[in-house]
Amino acid sequence: MTIDKGISAADAALPSPDGSAPPGGPGSPIEFRLDSASGVPTYLQLVQQVEHALRLGYLKPGDQLPKVRDVVTSLTINPNTVLKAYRELEHKGLAAGRPGQGTFIEATLSQIALPELTALRRTLLGWLASADAAGLDEDGIVALVTSALRDFFDRRDGSAGRRGTDTEGVA
Amino acid sequence: MNVIETQDLGKRYRRDWVLRECNLQVPAGHLSALVGPNGAGKTTLMQLAVGLTVPTSGGITVLGGQPAGSPAALDGIAFVAQDAPVYKNLSATDMIHLTRNLNRGFDYRYATARLGELGIAPGKKSGKLSGGQRAQLALTLALARRPQLLILDEPLAMLDPLARQDFMATVMTAMADDGVSVLLSSHALAELERVADYLVLMSGGQLQVAGEVDELLACHRVLTGPAAEADRFAGQLRVVQTRRAGAQAHLLVKMSGPDDPVPPGWEAHPVSLEELVLAYLRSPGAEVPPELSLTRPALARPAESSEVSR
Repeated sequence: MTIDKGISAADAALPSPDGSAPPGGPGSPIEFRLDSASGVPTYLQLVQQVEHALRLGYLKPGDQLPKVRDVVTSLTINPNTVLKAYRELEHKGLAAGRPGQGTFIEATLSQIALPELTALRRTLLGWLASADAAGLDEDGIVALVTSALRDFFDRRDGSAGRRGTDTEGVA
Repeated sequence: MNVIETQDLGKRYRRDWVLRECNLQVPAGHLSALVGPNGAGKTTLMQLAVGLTVPTSGGITVLGGQPAGSPAALDGIAFVAQDAPVYKNLSATDMIHLTRNLNRGFDYRYATARLGELGIAPGKKSGKLSGGQRAQLALTLALARRPQLLILDEPLAMLDPLARQDFMATVMTAMADDGVSVLLSSHALAELERVADYLVLMSGGQLQVAGEVDELLACHRVLTGPAAEADRFAGQLRVVQTRRAGAQAHLLVKMSGPDDPVPPGWEAHPVSLEELVLAYLRSPGAEVPPELSLTRPALARPAESSEVSR
């Protein structure tokens, strides 16, 4: 990831050189924040915040993501980090760069229908009751679920390979 | 393009080699953090790149092959030395006037506009400015030269947290606007995590690690597991640092790839940049990860003849 001459074409929508653009930009409905204690790489935090905003409906197709320069200035982070996050979102098919304008949301994250979700929740509550009965406390349950979840996806990804970007949101 | 490239670069002051057998390539477009303990040779490397001092052995080129110190190199590089030196009795306006006349290229409009944004009174003597303002003034003068490469020697050391953030915001914005490459030395490891995307780690006058931060973080892990098994890994894995107690051991290892399997019964945790740097600094013998940095061919000792005094 090397930029030789400024920012890639897709992000050329920089404010005029006299710096008169309003802070934060008028375009984007979201603003990024960083959690330096999370241990999650910065570009991944940006990706996850966009995905989260998509799931919760803060972002819809057609919405503009914050401009690279604005993110750089407000969070004091490396522009390459923002570019990397936006490239990752483009790679996932969630966003696309428009030359001269910025990066815009292309797709929404598929979510399963409500009845299915309710059924899954009921199954989970049943399992939680048995874990509780077996003597696990809340932290113990979280640890067990986290480790099982990781094993499950490791095994699935290992055996089946990557099954496309639309399954990524399930975790 | 590489903004800095060295071949077996060495520098000796009298009898002491402060830099030895340094083979480094810093690619353009990054903010590269130059880290290492005091006396590691960071300032010497920077001064060699700027042309303020000449190598005792080996060579150094900048900006895609220009000899360091040549006119083309001088025009393309801006350097802010430690503690952001400005003439204390000159005002900001005087400093701009001076720098403008001492350089072939100088963006006067940028410099004056920037001073306005920073709220620095043009007539105030530089010595009366706050540390943060003085650093910003030095940075403004450097950036107004419109460099391709900006070299900053410990710019954050004397600044309070707010001034540090403002200073780095100016640097990052210059990167975003003009594609300036930056080489910055600092001890503020935690702060580098957000801004640096390339790491150059030196210790004892030698290059220890060089590579893109994301790649380095992706291929290092802390493995936590039973101490009894720790020794077994020493042969199989590239262990940078081991911390162990009676039952439990933490190994900071370099994996051969991000998807390396974790041994059964062990847990893998991602490392932070700070953790990674400290682990390497505490293990001066730890190898430079070969696939991430450059080959270090065994070479004849640097020539002893061409001593250059300070």
